[in-house]
Amino acid sequence: MRELLQRSIVTMALIVLTALLIITMRSVALAKTRAEAGAQSANAAPKAENAPAGNAKNGKAIYTTAGCYECHGREAQGGAGTGPKLGPDPIPFAAFVFQVRTPRDQMPPYTAKVLSDAQMADIYAFVQSQPQPPKADSIPLLK
Amino acid sequence: MKKSKKTLVDRRKFLKGAAVGGVATLVASTGVVNAQQSLVARSAPAVPPIPRPEADPSTDVSVLTADRTGSDFMVDVIKTLGFEYVAANPGSSFRALHESLVNYGGNKNPEFITCCHEESSVALAQGYSAVAGKPMMVMAHSTVGLQHASMGIYNAWAGKAPVYIVLGNTVDAAERRPGVEWDHSAQDAAAMVRDFTKWDDVPASLPHFAESAVRAYRIATTPPREPVVLVADSTLQESPIPTNASFHIPKLVLDTAPQGDSGSVMEAAKLLVAAENPVVIAGHVVRSQASMQQFIEFAEALQVPVIDQGGNLPSRHPLNQSLGGRGLIPNADVIIGLDVEDFWGALHNYRDQLHRSSQALTRGNVKLITITSRDLYLKSNYQDFERFQDVDVAMAADAEVTLPALTEAIKKLSTDDRKRVFQDRGTKLAAARQKAVERARVDATYGWDASPISPARLSAEVWNAVKNEDWAGGLNGAEWNYEKYYQRTRLSSAAGVGFAAPSAVGAALAQRKNGRLYVHQQNDGDLMYAPGVLWTAAHHRIPMLWVMHNNRAYHQEVMHIQRMANRHQRGIENAGIGTTILDPNIDYAKLAQSMGWYAEGPITDPKDLGPALKKAVDVVKRGQPALLDTVTQPR
Repeated sequence: MRELLQRSIVTMALIVLTALLIITMRSVALAKTRAEAGAQSANAAPKAENAPAGNAKNGKAIYTTAGCYECHGREAQGGAGTGPKLGPDPIPFAAFVFQVRTPRDQMPPYTAKVLSDAQMADIYAFVQSQPQPPKADSIPLLK
Repeated sequence: MKKSKKTLVDRRKFLKGAAVGGVATLVASTGVVNAQQSLVARSAPAVPPIPRPEADPSTDVSVLTADRTGSDFMVDVIKTLGFEYVAANPGSSFRALHESLVNYGGNKNPEFITCCHEESSVALAQGYSAVAGKPMMVMAHSTVGLQHASMGIYNAWAGKAPVYIVLGNTVDAAERRPGVEWDHSAQDAAAMVRDFTKWDDVPASLPHFAESAVRAYRIATTPPREPVVLVADSTLQESPIPTNASFHIPKLVLDTAPQGDSGSVMEAAKLLVAAENPVVIAGHVVRSQASMQQFIEFAEALQVPVIDQGGNLPSRHPLNQSLGGRGLIPNADVIIGLDVEDFWGALHNYRDQLHRSSQALTRGNVKLITITSRDLYLKSNYQDFERFQDVDVAMAADAEVTLPALTEAIKKLSTDDRKRVFQDRGTKLAAARQKAVERARVDATYGWDASPISPARLSAEVWNAVKNEDWAGGLNGAEWNYEKYYQRTRLSSAAGVGFAAPSAVGAALAQRKNGRLYVHQQNDGDLMYAPGVLWTAAHHRIPMLWVMHNNRAYHQEVMHIQRMANRHQRGIENAGIGTTILDPNIDYAKLAQSMGWYAEGPITDPKDLGPALKKAVDVVKRGQPALLDTVTQPR
């Protein structure tokens, strides 16, 4: 009887330990998943380097025909009171797409019907390819 | 059959009666008295009677001339009002007044400024008044002339500008020449602009003209300042002045501007002193260097950030938070609006999408104060008064004259503890402003060498070319140091295109006697409305430097059509139809040269700007107008 009791205790202990182990492992996995999800959420869009390969030359042409320059300037430098600077160093591609498709504030929306994803990638490549400007201190008129 | 004398309608007898019925004392300001006295003396010979049957005038008339007419007296009246200039495109309904001004009046005070379009006349007058601080007179031809002028008048109305318009007309049908004069006459000539003028009158006699002329001036110059129309009937102008008649000219005494009541001023001061994050939004408040100093004193007493829409603070003053100042609104606990054109718009975000929406930028418990003369005079039809904003303290008063009392109240209420808070706030604001300036400087580097030329590069180049001169006008870049009152041209309008060019000529005209180098940036689309104003500037030797913002489009409209095309998902390829100014490109340099300007361009490479500006500045300093056709980015 006593041996039976001891076996039961051992069995119960093993079950509890196994359960604890499973719970711990699942918690770790869950925590990892959440952490990854959190990280992804923090970067709501992929990094610029994750943008689909676009053609900057085509992008320049589309940037003009699609009228981006009307508000953002022909070199994507931004326009006073009309639109912010787009490049170089654009916002992440997914955020770029989100803004173009479903813009905040005043920007008119560009749906896929008038601007395809591929064209958007080309435009993104164009604004990304803009050269870094000279330092303000290197321009005599801006000193 | 002989007609009864009673039934004869003798227009000139009517005029004589009306005149003699006026006050028979000649009173006029110095300088005009002599003219009037000599007028009476030289009028001593009786005006020959002119036979006038009831029906058609007799052709058997021997008297063909008159020494003096009503128009001469009108000039006497006009001279008492102190006009330097009268802008006009000639029109037969004021031909007698025109002739009297240039001959009897000597074409001086006022001097005739020949314009090629009545809209230009009015805008030129508005630009002048923005600099000179007093009205310029405009003459307009009845019906067609006033119709041309109406857009300019509406701009002046929305811009709170005291333009003084004398309108010719022939109300007596029996006096009109057959044909065109009927087209150029109206029963109620000023009616078409009555919705956007402050006052108008149709004097029936010369004494009436004198009284209404002075009244009109006072009304136009009392805040809110607005355009007025005085109809000078051609019959009154052209009729001989009755023998031995003398007419009273009322003395011109300007009304004082309405000041906010002491109770409201104290309430506003309490709110501002107690506030942790007060903000000032200011429209066109100051009207002199002295009141600019008072504005500075007001802002510094509180160390309050100023979102300056009207050139009230020097541009480099640490409290001038116009660069990015909108970001201060959400955190503000008290906001005071001083003569702000659109207070609601300053406090809200508006989203122009298919579903139009707006959102208040302010926090829920913000206290709002307004001091504005705009609340003193509104009309119903035209909606330039903007959206209604509910506020906590509303003073229907002139902000400029109310400000000293408000500053005094603030100083009285400011304890040492509050003053320390103010000083800390001022220090933080100075740092924030410095950061904003630095951001603008870095922003200007993007597209620095772009062709077409970026607005930032254009602004910096022009600033560099004139910064060591005694300049006025100027561009909008952050580098421009507006430290003196006179450097800003404080213009506002109904945004009717075609206003910028003529108003700039008027502003430069007002600056001419000061010997200042007047600088103006001119949009291409605006210039094409009435480019004849270039000729006016050259003809009257008005020196000024123009740089074109030539983006070869009505760019605002390009963006509107683009917005619609995107909304309808049709692509924007056709947005340029009807909105761009291409094919052929307009050569603005040649256009200006054809009208007597020095001009160079088109300039597309920013590296060419510096040398071109140097040459143009030299030309302007020699007293001529100069234009550089600079091809620019859209914005």
